[in-house]
Amino acid sequence: MQITFTQVLFFFFAACAIGSALAMVTRKNPVACAMWLIGTFFSVAAIFTLLGAFFIGIVQILVYAGAIMVLFLFVIMLLNLGNDYEDDIRGTGWKIMAGGAALLIIAFLGRVFGGELPRPLGVEAGPRLLATASAENGVVGLIGVPLYTDFIVPLQATAILLLVSVVGAVVLAKRKV
Amino acid sequence: MNEIPLSYSLGLSAILFAIGVAGVVVRRNAIVLFMCVELMLNAVNLSFVALARMHGSASGQVFVIFVMTVAAAEAAVGLALVIALFRHRETLSPDAFTLLKW
Repeated sequence: MQITFTQVLFFFFAACAIGSALAMVTRKNPVACAMWLIGTFFSVAAIFTLLGAFFIGIVQILVYAGAIMVLFLFVIMLLNLGNDYEDDIRGTGWKIMAGGAALLIIAFLGRVFGGELPRPLGVEAGPRLLATASAENGVVGLIGVPLYTDFIVPLQATAILLLVSVVGAVVLAKRKV
Repeated sequence: MNEIPLSYSLGLSAILFAIGVAGVVVRRNAIVLFMCVELMLNAVNLSFVALARMHGSASGQVFVIFVMTVAAAEAAVGLALVIALFRHRETLSPDAFTLLKW
């Protein structure tokens, strides 16, 4: 099988994502964990871009690597966990359990994904449809038009969820007055 | 156009999800547990994007936006909980919070 340049890029970023994720799980310093997780997010954003989801890729960098991880780092600094962190990796029994759980999940998902996948549209039609739609509405319109027409009720529910979470975060984190 | 097979993306998604699960089991720091949950959500986003591409519809990508919103809300509330718990116990180990344990 001919390996194309896109596939080489995919394998490179997949290796980066898996390596960063493993480093994130195994580092003891919480700040190092956050940094490796940001690396994973950047690699996954590159893979989103390779899969043709350009807007999702940039939103991944802006929202996840930009906003959420800054929030994590801010809390780590606020609680002063970066300097005197304790060894928080559990013992051998837990490690075996974790490895077993990971292998079990990979096996389950491999069983689901491993067989011949149903492709009602064929192999080529899906990406071509998506490319036509994004040429019609633009890369942002590809997501924006369904978001504000078909998914308007979930969008409003998400707005309420964000409001509740903002109020909840303030109520939980403030000191008793 | 269709250069990356669907199974590659789904396999990467499964591996990242499994690493996140292993992290939740093996770590004892509440903040790192939240990071592992974020990693799992990201793996699910990856399979959403890959399947949306194969399906030829943008609905999967719209759902990624929703998942990201829920992840942001979860991170905000979760970190507020972490701050509140740290104030009471001076530690972040989940083993120290046993009030609701029977």
